[in-house]
Amino acid sequence: MRPIFFLREALRALKRNAVPSFAATATVLVTVLVLGIFIPVVQATAGAANQVRGKVIADVYLKTDATAADADRVGALIRSESMVKSVQYVSKQQAYAEERKQNPEAYQLLGSNPLPDTFRVTPKNPDDINRLRDALEPLSPSGGRAPVDKAIDEVRNREQDTSKILSVTRVVKLTMALLAGLLAIASMLLIANTIRLSLYARRREVEVMKLVGATDWFIRWPFVLEGVIVGVIGGVLAILMLGVVKITVVDPLAKDFALIAAPSTINFPALIAVLLAAAIGVSALGSGLSLRRFLRV
Amino acid sequence: MAATERHIRRRRRRDDAHRPEAPRPPATGAVVSFSAVAKRYESGDTALAGITFDVFPGEFVFLVGASGSGKSTTMRLLIKESEPSSGEIRVAGRDLAKIPRARVPYYRRNLGVVFQDYKLLPNRTVYDNVAYALQVTGGSRREIRAKVPDILRLTGLSTKLHNFPDQLSGGEQQRVSVARAFVNHPPLLIADEPTGNLDPETSIGIMQLLYRINQTGTTVLVATHDVAMVDKMRRRVIELAGGRIIRDEQAGAYAARENTREFAIRMRSAQG
Repeated sequence: MRPIFFLREALRALKRNAVPSFAATATVLVTVLVLGIFIPVVQATAGAANQVRGKVIADVYLKTDATAADADRVGALIRSESMVKSVQYVSKQQAYAEERKQNPEAYQLLGSNPLPDTFRVTPKNPDDINRLRDALEPLSPSGGRAPVDKAIDEVRNREQDTSKILSVTRVVKLTMALLAGLLAIASMLLIANTIRLSLYARRREVEVMKLVGATDWFIRWPFVLEGVIVGVIGGVLAILMLGVVKITVVDPLAKDFALIAAPSTINFPALIAVLLAAAIGVSALGSGLSLRRFLRV
Repeated sequence: MAATERHIRRRRRRDDAHRPEAPRPPATGAVVSFSAVAKRYESGDTALAGITFDVFPGEFVFLVGASGSGKSTTMRLLIKESEPSSGEIRVAGRDLAKIPRARVPYYRRNLGVVFQDYKLLPNRTVYDNVAYALQVTGGSRREIRAKVPDILRLTGLSTKLHNFPDQLSGGEQQRVSVARAFVNHPPLLIADEPTGNLDPETSIGIMQLLYRINQTGTTVLVATHDVAMVDKMRRRVIELAGGRIIRDEQAGAYAARENTREFAIRMRSAQG
């Protein structure tokens, strides 16, 4: 009896206050739409930044006279390092073939192969690249560097590229996080304000209910249900629109653009669930909480 | 007046001995009892400077005074919309200061309240406005269907059931407000300037209605500045001025128990 009564009250209020209800629904719709577009964009950008960061590697050059046994020993040594994600061994011959393909004329002039055996080391966390270098080639007290193994000639981490990649991707990620945070706050304030406005128009009604002897929750439930209904309608409409855009615009493009098809992007059903939960939660909570100040009679 | 009779019967049943859980009023038996109640606002204004009075069951009491004399403050204290600065208010023996915030709605259900500005719910029909007072207390649909048309007949609104408040005249809106206040058959009905916005003829109609409710045994407390009306009614009058009681006449001129029609005839003739 009670829940049905509250639901009827909520529906009656929605019908009788059509314009504020419509405004609240439209606000939820727009907000969810913007969030729904922004969340995948943020994730795709972060994913792209991470992919770039994945290119941060250190090269370990062996001495030109290193034997195959030396190479095996150094390979094992590098793999035993905990910060290392993967190691790729490039032998002299492989390196020579690669380079010659890129620059045939220059290599024609060379009689012998000047390239050393190389290990390309990818760290687990790109930010650890300098510590990894220190581990393989510790700084000696005299200021120079002394490799941990006598077969290692030098460790290079392509300093210029690495620091550029690290700082740029960091800025991109930070900016995206900041934007996402601002957007979330803005949408919550927007929805809360719209709800408060529609409640303000009805504060007299709430006052009268209190004077007739209604308990706080008796007054509040219809408002909360109203918020849920507004959230559901706004959220579902926005998700339908997002679905249409996804099917007609994004999916055909995804084949051509790696950014859109980034594997780390949230999948559509999960996105729908998150958005719907946020829409309903914010509207219901907003209604229930905004009512507090009008209940003090 | 079949409806009235039914209300009287209900009131009696309510007062039966098989309702012992209701707290008995104190020795004095007062329904409302103010003792040295003062109210000062934060701005420093003194609205009430210590007033003491008792209202007994079945009484019809007028609270009169110019604006700013403390009438409305007294009413607000009674419905526990605000708290007194000092002193004690008891309603049906219960100390209002001891009612916790969460229990205030339950206290208010034992009270019928009528306001000068009617305070009807604007987007509900007459029927739904009155029904809301029952829904609040958890009244079943059957109870609502039985009681609401009854009380609306008593207040003369049978033909306006499905009108919205803004489609009614001031007098009719006030009748709806009275109907809502009385539909729970509260032991005490208080009215703050119930005729403040109404013309004299309509006012008599409202007073007649309040008188009829009083006849069913309900204690009625009316705040008004309409002295002419009060004089005609010849009921107990408490006059406030500057937050003090300056007159409390036990209505020596109480007319012999007259019925509602005689009451109305006297009121109208006194007016002419």
